[in-house]
Amino acid sequence: MALDENKRQYISQRGGKTYFMLGDEACAYGAIYAGCDFFAGYPITPASEVAELIAEELPKAGGICIQMEDELASMAAIIGAAWTGARSMTATSGPGFSLMQENIGYGIMTETPCVIVNVQRSGPSTGQATKPAQGDVLQARWGTHGDHNIIALAPNSAQECFDLVQECFELADTYRTPVILLMDGEVGHIRESVVMPELSAVKHTSRKIAERTEDVFGGQELIPGMIHYGEGMNVHVTGSTHLASGMRDVTTPHVHDELIKRIYSKIDSNRENIVRVETDLNPDGKARVGVISYGASARPARGAVKLARAKGKNVDFLRLITIWPFAKKQVAEFSKELDIILVPEMNLGQMSREIERFVDSDVVTVPRIGGVPHSVDEIYRVIMGVV
Amino acid sequence: MSEPRHRLMDFVREEIMPHRFCSGCGCGTVLNAFTNAVEGIGLDSAKMVCVSGIGCSSWIPSPYFKSDTLHTTHGRPIAFATGVKVMRPDLTVVVIAGDGDVAGIGGNHLIHAARRNIDLSVFMVNNMIYGMTGGQVAPTTPAGVKTTTTPHRNVEPAFKVADLVVAAGASYVARWTTYHVFPLLESMQNAMSRKGFSFIEIMSQCPENYGRRIGLRTGIDFLRQFKEKAIRVDKARGMTEEELEDRIVIGKLCDVERPEYVTELQKVTAEQVDLLRAEKEKVD
Amino acid sequence: MIIRFAGFGGQGIVVSSYIVGKSAVLDGKKAIQNQAYGSESRGGECRGDVIIADEEIYELEPTYYDVLIAMTQPAYEAFVPLLKPGGTLILDKDLVVTDKKLEPKRIKKYAISATDIAFKTFGRKIVANMIILGYMNTLLGAVSEGALEKAISESVPRGTEKMNLEAMREGIKLAGEGVK
Repeated sequence: MALDENKRQYISQRGGKTYFMLGDEACAYGAIYAGCDFFAGYPITPASEVAELIAEELPKAGGICIQMEDELASMAAIIGAAWTGARSMTATSGPGFSLMQENIGYGIMTETPCVIVNVQRSGPSTGQATKPAQGDVLQARWGTHGDHNIIALAPNSAQECFDLVQECFELADTYRTPVILLMDGEVGHIRESVVMPELSAVKHTSRKIAERTEDVFGGQELIPGMIHYGEGMNVHVTGSTHLASGMRDVTTPHVHDELIKRIYSKIDSNRENIVRVETDLNPDGKARVGVISYGASARPARGAVKLARAKGKNVDFLRLITIWPFAKKQVAEFSKELDIILVPEMNLGQMSREIERFVDSDVVTVPRIGGVPHSVDEIYRVIMGVV
Repeated sequence: MSEPRHRLMDFVREEIMPHRFCSGCGCGTVLNAFTNAVEGIGLDSAKMVCVSGIGCSSWIPSPYFKSDTLHTTHGRPIAFATGVKVMRPDLTVVVIAGDGDVAGIGGNHLIHAARRNIDLSVFMVNNMIYGMTGGQVAPTTPAGVKTTTTPHRNVEPAFKVADLVVAAGASYVARWTTYHVFPLLESMQNAMSRKGFSFIEIMSQCPENYGRRIGLRTGIDFLRQFKEKAIRVDKARGMTEEELEDRIVIGKLCDVERPEYVTELQKVTAEQVDLLRAEKEKVD
Repeated sequence: MIIRFAGFGGQGIVVSSYIVGKSAVLDGKKAIQNQAYGSESRGGECRGDVIIADEEIYELEPTYYDVLIAMTQPAYEAFVPLLKPGGTLILDKDLVVTDKKLEPKRIKKYAISATDIAFKTFGRKIVANMIILGYMNTLLGAVSEGALEKAISESVPRGTEKMNLEAMREGIKLAGEGVK
């Protein structure tokens, strides 16, 4: 469903202003701007504020927000809703994200567009419930079983929580797949200024619709169109291996081979259309040291780069906005003249492993766990130690 | 001349018939009762969504019944169906799944859906075993039975699922067996025509993976036993727990009017939309 | 400028940090507000931090503060060592007994009877935080007075705007009179 009258009304009343709000709240407002019709969630720190704000505001925009009995059910409900044509979303944190893996896999296999917000906290298990972390980077990529591909974006400010959740909905519909907004407890729980634009600035692409039930899961298309429920088209949706018609065929090797390769490659072959990075290169191009970061960690990382430059040091900076699929071309390009790449992240080195695969430079993690983000000074000292 | 076409053929995905249920399995009976029920009350299958999980009875809607179908992960069909129903309350949403799905791994979704009184019809086919995976103990397997994962004997009591759903707050709950086809059919019609959470526990047979462990070799053996063990709910009311120990209480266990979940959600949304409009008019 | 408000639940600690951050945004500055969450914020202790800057803010959770507003004894004892040398300490003098040994060098100390004045003047202890806000802002010029007024009006419960603004102005007056 595109922006209906109720959502247009809502945006015209709330838009065109600057607010001071939590990253979590910005994410919730962004979802309404994206035309989210349905939210299902379960309370969890530090993501509860997403659900609380959506519960307050989504009905005003004509949508429905429900609290389910757990995260398994939340994920299930948003997939069910998506097949009625709704734009749907859930929000959680690590323990809930673990539970959602089952039906995230179902969403991938059934090519169901939906958005999962993970406001990452310190784990494993209950860990430091109220403290931020970036420990779910690889879980977002490989958390559900089986071969698959995923799209995940990482905002580094409250404004980006608002902006990127909208991009998540667009990507979900464009590539017909679950998309993860990989926030962290830090960006979720800081209040900053957020500009919510006017209605005229809001643009949506509508979901592609298939003409025949036989093509809903393949046919000639890399990314097939959907047919929503209630159209009398007898759509058959299954998490088991299936033919283009949706009918199960769990034994023929080439059926599985073709299905999984197509689902994998619709994201892989569109990598350049999906991936976004932000670079801040040393003005005279002489840097031999680079810093790559993402999410909240990218803030002190950028500050440290600026500080080092102010001291006359040459340092390049790259921020991953798209976490998955990995920006391998951009990172390889960035690394060409660099001897060493520092990777500040709020874990013991997850994205560093992926970066290492695509560069010749030495990759050094600047880890941070314990629930407090890096300080500018701590990253600055590491930079000064290697320049 | 072409062969005469069965009147219910429009309700099944003809291209994949014949079905693959084992000989003597109760699932075919349930499919038969279900299609008859749909036809009998004139439901338009284009306005139905059938949701199922993982297990033999989940094959009744997926792939056999011809409508929009959501064949989900094990245990989660009611949670998926909730998302469908909330966004399309005009569609008739039916969950058909087994006891392992609905009462085992998905038991929590069942009780919360009943508590919410969401307008779903859940038909739980209870064959007292995990049949598809080869005969492991289920939460509905009677105590004492030897299964592949209770090779010595099952020490757990069987779950009385319909009674649980009554307690959880459903609008309509009944229990029947595959022997009681006509009352089952009528009960399905009641469930699908009324608003609120409806639940029918259908005691069914699995000769292949359960019957052979308890000396019931064929479907007929099971049906004979269902007939003997069944006792109408009104008769059962005067009996003690010991007297009912080995019996199957059949009939309508509850039928009450309660506010329906999606209707109430929609009221909230309508109120909030109006309030926002009023806010705007005040500003203007 | 990095400011920490600290005290007990019900003293308006978090909302104070929110109001300062919101005022800064109204002034066109950058601001980040942060607070203790979830189980961390149970049991009464409470804090709210705000960072204000003219340019992009890179330090998300600073270790040291330019300003500490301490409204309880435990808040003072826990956080005064984190003031930067030369920083500013503002406290409710009826609620906090200071201890020189805990304090960094060259800090500027201001102690007012905010809670007592709030009760005597407005009949409501809860507006002590507004007195502190007016007082602090006059001392430090963190945000514009207009922005502060607007932020307060938009952040306090409906119907209490007037009392809160008056309490804030009481704080401005105290600062103008040089009350320490």
